[in-house]
Amino acid sequence: MLALAAALALLPLVFANNYHYEVAILVGLNAIIAVGLNLLIGYAGQISLGHAGFFGVGAYGSAILSARYGWPQLAALAASTALTAALAYAVGRPILRLKGHYLAMATLGLGVIVSIVIATEDRLTGGPDGMGVPPLAAFGAALSGERAWYALVAALLVLSVWLALNLIESPHGRALRALHGSEVAAEAIGIDSARHKVLAFVLSAVFASVAGSLTAHYSGFITPSRVTFLHSIELVTMVVFGGMASTFGAVVGAALLTGLPQLLTVLKEYEMVVFGAVLMATMIFFPKGLVPSLAAAARRFAR
Amino acid sequence: MSVLRAEGMCKRFGGVSALDGVSLSLAAGTVHSVIGPNGAGKTTFLNLLCGIYAPSAGRVFAGERELTGAPAHAFARAGIGRTFQTPQIFLNMGALENVMAGRHLHERCGLAAALLCPPWRARAERDCREQAAQLMREVDLGQWLHAEAGALPYGALKRLEIARALAAQPEALLLDEPAAGLNARETHEIDELIRRIAARGIAVVLVEHNMRLVMGVSDRVLVLDYGRALAEGSAEEVRRDPRVIEAYLGAEALAA
Repeated sequence: MLALAAALALLPLVFANNYHYEVAILVGLNAIIAVGLNLLIGYAGQISLGHAGFFGVGAYGSAILSARYGWPQLAALAASTALTAALAYAVGRPILRLKGHYLAMATLGLGVIVSIVIATEDRLTGGPDGMGVPPLAAFGAALSGERAWYALVAALLVLSVWLALNLIESPHGRALRALHGSEVAAEAIGIDSARHKVLAFVLSAVFASVAGSLTAHYSGFITPSRVTFLHSIELVTMVVFGGMASTFGAVVGAALLTGLPQLLTVLKEYEMVVFGAVLMATMIFFPKGLVPSLAAAARRFAR
Repeated sequence: MSVLRAEGMCKRFGGVSALDGVSLSLAAGTVHSVIGPNGAGKTTFLNLLCGIYAPSAGRVFAGERELTGAPAHAFARAGIGRTFQTPQIFLNMGALENVMAGRHLHERCGLAAALLCPPWRARAERDCREQAAQLMREVDLGQWLHAEAGALPYGALKRLEIARALAAQPEALLLDEPAAGLNARETHEIDELIRRIAARGIAVVLVEHNMRLVMGVSDRVLVLDYGRALAEGSAEEVRRDPRVIEAYLGAEALAA
């Protein structure tokens, strides 16, 4: 925890230009989503292939309320977060009864619906062309500049990790892990598995929504391309790649999946080939994900 | 006053009747065994008693409260705990955390407290850990306090499951074949453990194939055959009942 905070505080020392800050901010925003999604996938053991939808509700909620209706940005952010939570709750109650592939299909459908609504409601959302979003401002001051954004995102990432770690080590976190381990045994000790699955679903949706709102304000422009099925898959890949049921793994996964394509641009047209190969090799050699596998190796080495 | 009472429990799967009109009344501090040949409906009966299955007919009560049709976690809340024939351990957690999870119903913790972890919450977490560790020592798992659950041998997993069920402070505990797959020494430990649990005032339902264990610890024995109650009584009465001998050994043995 402290190590993460220290690393985030020291990172700017190696940033040579604004582009480095930009990548770091995107990494941070994705890491916030991955930390939340890891609560659902890694700890509660429930899949979601629709979290880009919640990201989209946050992003477009903030964009529409602040650009079209002139709401203060923080109020727009709060309202879209509440809307996402309500949506996740309403959808989560029925679909979290499904398991495995069926749950994957249902969440996928949810993501697709959000994506289609955003693309077709062009009077509000600008349709496929996207829409402009005013910069984040509060108390009369606008947040601008890469450094200020980096500070905000880094602070929120540390906060997200802290909240997630606290939750995991609480009775609620144990309930989530228990229903992942054995749902029937969890019920036998009084854990309402349906309620706790919905809790994890709503929490992870809220993380995605807040990151979505911030992404919209940071980029100043939002298009439906960020609310696609592909983006949902990317988010799940971050969690799996970094290591399921590892909060720091989720951060590392987000960093690699966001940062690696930027590094690989030197390979030009072979970029995606190498990227795919790296993903495959990682899952073959570190099947539990990067961080848990390396941690286990370090423990063996220490002995 | 019975802790757990089931009246005329029936369970049909499609056209197959797995259990047909079985009743049971369980008093605090007693051990009530359910025996019968394979496929007699013992595990089905346990699953009905703890809400994993809803009965096709019949009613189940915990004390005065009717629980028929309630979800399994509501049965746990009403004081009915259980273990499983194949241990259902949370292998993604530590051994101690498994038992801490067992205290779920007794931990007061809202979502905000869970996320923000104020000092009182950290103290409650330490208490929870200490109480879980105490329970593990009581079932002779003191040496595994810091182990991952997956590292425990089979016999220890059986006892870990019992510790987790006890952590919920049940009034009735259903044990599904706690001695299956255990050696003689481990079976003896389970025997002692069941007696200690009953001595605490917990009503125990024991489904078990090991007849020496059953006849030794049981106050009452219920014999199931083809989903029906074949006999019920003290261990001695049941042992001498010709219908029971026939069901177990076949009519020829009786004739011989």
